Amino acid sequence: MATNILKEKYSSKINTVTIGATKEQGGTRTSTVTVGGDASAPFLHYEGEIPLKPVAALEIQDIAPTDWDPILQKVYAEVSGDPVTWAKKAVEFGADLIYLKLAGSHPDNGDKSPEECAKIVKDVLAAVGVPLIVVGSGVEEKDNAVWPVVAEAAAGENLVIGSAQQEKYKSLAAACMVYKHKLLALSPLDINICKQLNILITEMGLPAESILIDPSTAALGYGIEYTYSILERGRLGALQGDKMLAMPVLLQIGYEAWRSKEAIAPEEDFPNWGNQEERAILWEAVTAAGLLQGGANIAVLRHPESLRLLKKNSEELMVKPEL
Amino acid sequence: MIMIGERINGMFKDIGKAVREHDPKPLQEWAVKQKEGGAHYLDVNTGPNSEDQTVDLPWMIKVVREVSDLPLAIDTTDYNAMEAALIEYGKPGAVINSIGCEQEKIDRVFPMAAKYQADVVCLCISKSGIPKSADERVALAMEFVANAEAYGLQPDNLFIDPIILPVNVAQEHASEALETIRQIKLLSNPAPLTTIGLSNVSQKTPHRPLLNRTFAVMAMAVGLDSAILDVNDDLLVDAIASARIILNKDIYCDSYPKVFRQR
Repeated sequence: MATNILKEKYSSKINTVTIGATKEQGGTRTSTVTVGGDASAPFLHYEGEIPLKPVAALEIQDIAPTDWDPILQKVYAEVSGDPVTWAKKAVEFGADLIYLKLAGSHPDNGDKSPEECAKIVKDVLAAVGVPLIVVGSGVEEKDNAVWPVVAEAAAGENLVIGSAQQEKYKSLAAACMVYKHKLLALSPLDINICKQLNILITEMGLPAESILIDPSTAALGYGIEYTYSILERGRLGALQGDKMLAMPVLLQIGYEAWRSKEAIAPEEDFPNWGNQEERAILWEAVTAAGLLQGGANIAVLRHPESLRLLKKNSEELMVKPEL
Repeated sequence: MIMIGERINGMFKDIGKAVREHDPKPLQEWAVKQKEGGAHYLDVNTGPNSEDQTVDLPWMIKVVREVSDLPLAIDTTDYNAMEAALIEYGKPGAVINSIGCEQEKIDRVFPMAAKYQADVVCLCISKSGIPKSADERVALAMEFVANAEAYGLQPDNLFIDPIILPVNVAQEHASEALETIRQIKLLSNPAPLTTIGLSNVSQKTPHRPLLNRTFAVMAMAVGLDSAILDVNDDLLVDAIASARIILNKDIYCDSYPKVFRQR
């Protein structure tokens, strides 16, 4: 008897979202990034179209991060502290996008003014041609002040700006609406809050197609299965027609992976774990590879080698099998 | 839960009058209003006073489609009128509402469903009437499923209706209907869909909305996929949205009653 290929039928798909704008589109980017459009479970090309491959961003900061592991510090030693040269370096390493964290706007970390933040964003935009994701320091009051100024200064560039949260989304949603940027909606590993936040934001008038989901990430060995199952649940909901979960997903993998003990413990402390550098890179890359299978569209990474591994993995998964 | 809006039916005075006079306004108003209520399909029925359903039904389809892109459930037992309406509808995805379990009706309607790529509401009712027990109802459901295959329809092209009668006069039927729904979902893979004429449960009782929503929730718990109902009964739609959440059919969020209506 012949084998019948079982195909799941879905009624809907993930939104397609473009980040960045070229000159013709009113921005200054030399390339844009488009993600989403997935019409099946991750990489099941035979069930539905997966038109666009997942992409990777490298994280840079406006000030030299003091808490990054020496392995990362070594990679960025010559550029850390200067977002412009750092961004250029990240592009050299192959980043599809730059993820710029305005760490220096934190009141305890330099307290840069919104105008200073806007200048940094403009400088990075002038230095590189790839699209930009810009996030604040996470301090609510300060972020609320920084977002509108950055959004205005970068009007036309179609940034992703983050991160809106359940208790603080209004100022960012308004800024994204007025200056036509994409918004990153962060929820604390909770699909119910994730969905509700998207509803609250769309109720303010920002289209669902202007939102990206950040469901919060957990690293390998530190709860990755929670992130994974939430991604899967959201993807299935979206494919079955839940429009408030149909946004592409961004995951802050670098931040989480480089917090894990296995990434930062030197070999002399744990000889059985082997070489720290290889281990750390793989900790980041394996976290990313695992979450690609859950449906990640954008992975934010820190180490160029894990970026290379992820991009390779993502390209291989885009090869359509012959059935 | 697929909600089929029941209101564009000539049994209601305003629609009956509009059909007789070919006045599109009341039909179109109800089409819009039912969509706002959250309807996924609109039922369209000329009512008993239509002189020629082959004329009136396609006209109803035409004027409803002028204002609404919702798929339609075409409600008649005049299968010539049904075919005229399906031709007017002119695209896949309509619902033929309905046939009883009689071979000549199946032989007339299933080929039509295959031809126009429509789904069919199949009533668990035979020449000898409405069976009382769940077993007899399930036997009729099985007839439909077996026939579907013979005519090239999938089991999930069928909306099998176990038939619900008013609880004030046929109280023992409701629990049998519930058991029927549970068993229909086990008949095949994919399973047939199930539906119910919800408002029947409460005919001529003083507690219609309460009975309707209570039965809706109970039937959903045993596998009800769809119902023909009053989508503008807000408490009913809220109850359905809540049941979907409790059954883990939709992902919870604080605004779930509102989100359910937007889908």
